Amino acid sequence: MKFAKYGSITLITFVLFAGISIPLSPTPQNWLQFPVIPGLEEKARNILYHVPVAWTAVVAFLVSMYYGFRYLKTRDIDYDIKSVSAAGLGFLFCFLATITGALWAKFNWGSFWNWDPRETSIFVLLLIYGAYFALRSALETEEKRAALSAVYSMIAGITVPFFIFVMPRIMSGLHPGAKGDSEGAGPVVQMKMSPNMLVIFLLGLLGFTLLFIWLLNVRVRLARIEYERSTHHE
Amino acid sequence: MGRLSGTYALIRKDVHSELRTRYALNALLMFVVTAVATILFALRSDQPTSSVLSGLYWVVVFFTAMSGLSRTFVSEEERGTTMTLQLVASPSTVYFAKLLFNTVLTFSMTIAVTILYMTVFSNAFVIKTFSIFAGTVVLGSLGFASASTIIAAIVAKANTRGTLYPVLSFPILIVLLMTVMNATTKSLDGEEFYSALPDFQILIGYFLAMTGGSYLLFEYVWKD
Repeated sequence: MKFAKYGSITLITFVLFAGISIPLSPTPQNWLQFPVIPGLEEKARNILYHVPVAWTAVVAFLVSMYYGFRYLKTRDIDYDIKSVSAAGLGFLFCFLATITGALWAKFNWGSFWNWDPRETSIFVLLLIYGAYFALRSALETEEKRAALSAVYSMIAGITVPFFIFVMPRIMSGLHPGAKGDSEGAGPVVQMKMSPNMLVIFLLGLLGFTLLFIWLLNVRVRLARIEYERSTHHE
Repeated sequence: MGRLSGTYALIRKDVHSELRTRYALNALLMFVVTAVATILFALRSDQPTSSVLSGLYWVVVFFTAMSGLSRTFVSEEERGTTMTLQLVASPSTVYFAKLLFNTVLTFSMTIAVTILYMTVFSNAFVIKTFSIFAGTVVLGSLGFASASTIIAAIVAKANTRGTLYPVLSFPILIVLLMTVMNATTKSLDGEEFYSALPDFQILIGYFLAMTGGSYLLFEYVWKD
């Protein structure tokens, strides 16, 4: 885990500094200049943080679902510990994606919240996490808590494709890839970033994913210790 | 006991015990009346648009469903009959019996709300494209029942059932709610049948995915 720890710290520090300090230029000449995107200008830098954080929130949800599935198959409580630790981190990243997105929306689209399809999706993801933890606190025995919350996260997972693939196509929205977008509607947005921005963007994706892996590892080890303590006291 | 005859027997059991107390039916009906009356007080003499009306229509259906549909499993837990059911029937039999029972309940609820709406909003709530409305109500009821049945099974095992049920169901039902509201508005605006086809595709896909997923996962919820 040393790799994930130092890797994420290095990458995120680099992305933060590079993303903020590289100047914009209408006609970029070299690698140390970002292009000016009409309508976005300096605000375009947020894509280097907002998108990786939102991506990590989705990865965390899938990881939590996967460990929930493993728990149902094996009934090994360690998978439940992993599943709930990933869900907690997912909630954190989901919250960060909402904040960075709402701030960006305020200065680019005029208001903090517009009920664009992706904003609706992240709102639903926040609600799912909230419901997931509410359910866990309402169940007493640990086997039931583990099994039922795993089932719930998988039932919630069934609706995810509708948000990713169906809704952006039928609802008009502000994010790229929505209905009526001149670049075409769909889940995969055409990458039209300048190469240097794209490199920093991809490093950001990798950095935040590594951060998730490292934090998950720390949380799982902590949760295992707490679990051992609680079972020894009984 | 075969799967079909078992499902049929379980539905008969649920219908019998429901008709004996009429708990769910009376509660649901009173809830519908109360909710529609509240909306009438709030709107006073305003003339709501078709999108507002179809939104409010499904708000009433959602909260009515949330007040009644969890009964199917909660009542088994309260009466201590869960164990017996586990012994006499396979999980999939129980699941499909409860799903069908909830579908019938949801469908009759939407009929009740429709009749009430047509009476109290006789000027604004006029169904111009009946085919869209019928399709929306049938497919919407199916989707509603499939999502709320599996959540009811989960909630029945928890402590705070009443408050937990809408909290768990809402995120799952948002896709469905947005689609049925959209399609109902189209039926009130008198649009052509084919304009609602994308909505119907979503509703069918939602029902199939939710029922298939619930069928596979129900065993883990049901067996202790």
